[in-house]
Amino acid sequence: MSVRFMAISALPVALSLAGCKQENRDFREMPPAATPTEAIRVGELQPGGGPPFDSTVTKYADNAYAIGTGQRLYNQMNCVGCHFHGGGGIGPALMDEQWIYGSDPAQIFKTIVEGRPNGMPSFRNKLDNQQVWQLVAYVRSLSGLGGSTVSSAREDHMYLSPDLAIRSPEKPTRSAPRP
Amino acid sequence: MRLRHHATIALLLWASSCVGYDHQSALDPAGPQAGSVHGLWYLMLGISAGVYVVVVAALLLVIRRRQAHPLEPDETRSRDREARAKRVVVIAGAVTVGVLFVVLLADLAVARGLTRLATSPALTIRVTGHQWWWDVEYEDSIPQRRVRLANEIHLPVGQPVLVKLQSHDVIHSFWVPNLAGKRDLIPGHHTETWIRADRPGVYRSQCAEFCGLQHAKMALYVVAEPRDQFDAWIARQRTPAVTPNDTLAIRGKGVLESGSCALCHTVTSTLARGLVGPNLTHVGSRLSLAAGTLPNTPGYLAGWIADPQTIKPGAQMPPNSLTPEDLRALVAYLSTLR
Repeated sequence: MSVRFMAISALPVALSLAGCKQENRDFREMPPAATPTEAIRVGELQPGGGPPFDSTVTKYADNAYAIGTGQRLYNQMNCVGCHFHGGGGIGPALMDEQWIYGSDPAQIFKTIVEGRPNGMPSFRNKLDNQQVWQLVAYVRSLSGLGGSTVSSAREDHMYLSPDLAIRSPEKPTRSAPRP
Repeated sequence: MRLRHHATIALLLWASSCVGYDHQSALDPAGPQAGSVHGLWYLMLGISAGVYVVVVAALLLVIRRRQAHPLEPDETRSRDREARAKRVVVIAGAVTVGVLFVVLLADLAVARGLTRLATSPALTIRVTGHQWWWDVEYEDSIPQRRVRLANEIHLPVGQPVLVKLQSHDVIHSFWVPNLAGKRDLIPGHHTETWIRADRPGVYRSQCAEFCGLQHAKMALYVVAEPRDQFDAWIARQRTPAVTPNDTLAIRGKGVLESGSCALCHTVTSTLARGLVGPNLTHVGSRLSLAAGTLPNTPGYLAGWIADPQTIKPGAQMPPNSLTPEDLRALVAYLSTLR
């Protein structure tokens, strides 16, 4: 058997193996801590010019496992009790483009950890940081923010938002809390 | 001599692996259903062994005869031989069909015996499969008398028990090899199976349908015990969690209620009311931790609370960064819940 023949026959194998890229599932890691969120602003009003909002998209946004786990936590921690499946009810809707306290991952992180007036409880010391980031990834995916190529595999009820893949994310806007 | 020694060791290893090792073996039946399956298994083993011996013997016979009498060009004799061969093939075909019918009938008889053990069960247990643990609830018409625990079933010996099965997430399968066959747990669908243990013992059971990363670490222990011991056990399980009286355990209860534990776990008579994870009301009395993954000792418990993701990667319990004092207090408190 010639070297050339072997090289040619090995090519399809190598190509197909290159296609077997499995998504990374991190179970045990040191996720970004809650401390930097002290510097995160939740309002736009400030004297003089301030720094732009930090729009770091964490690695959780492009990871279907993180979004799926976030969805599981969304049900288990009863976020669904107030925000429903994103449409809102007792709490504000999460699948629209309006964000009272900001749409950046770090801002949503801060909202979950600190809680907000009029009913949003604080999950400080109740959820692990990694779990909060997973929740953030899922909450952002509800309105089409974050990764456009991934979605949760756990969607087994009637799906409320249009297919994430064909949806163009709406530009997040800010609105005052509803009275 | 040395060879014989090695052969003995190999034989012993093989024997220990199939004679009730770790109390999980379908070849060591402890209930009527596993008993009838066991009988069917031996019937089929016997028939298969017999067929194998007959086929090999026929083959050897043919080879020897051909060697003794080489092929002859005589036409009349060869026609005669062909007729004989035809008869042999027809008889062998008929015998094969007959043997297969015997196996079919035995199989139907066993399957019929497996469906139902009694008209009414002595006990009804609801088992819910989760990734990757078993939620167990003893049904009772009086809600306060219901008992909820995880990864463990206690049964009175010799009494038929109805096990109602359901799944919380994906397909699992309930299988206690020493007692009965498998039954799948299918999401959104109720299935049930019966078990009866005729001799006391601890029988290991495991999920028999691949259900994700930690499928292998999803075990359940079935403890069969005499009626009086079972009654004492269930009476103890019905009591609420004990109130701690030493300072360390009191602090541990505070950690449980104020920390993240309370979001997922329930300990009756405390503020912990979560329904996501296993009920911990009598966790100190259990045989194992994390669905048969770890022995239930304070050291393993502390390790599990601090870092479950190293022991069982992918499990739903997150790592808990407690201070050493808090962790020690929490473990002390949980160990008192017997």
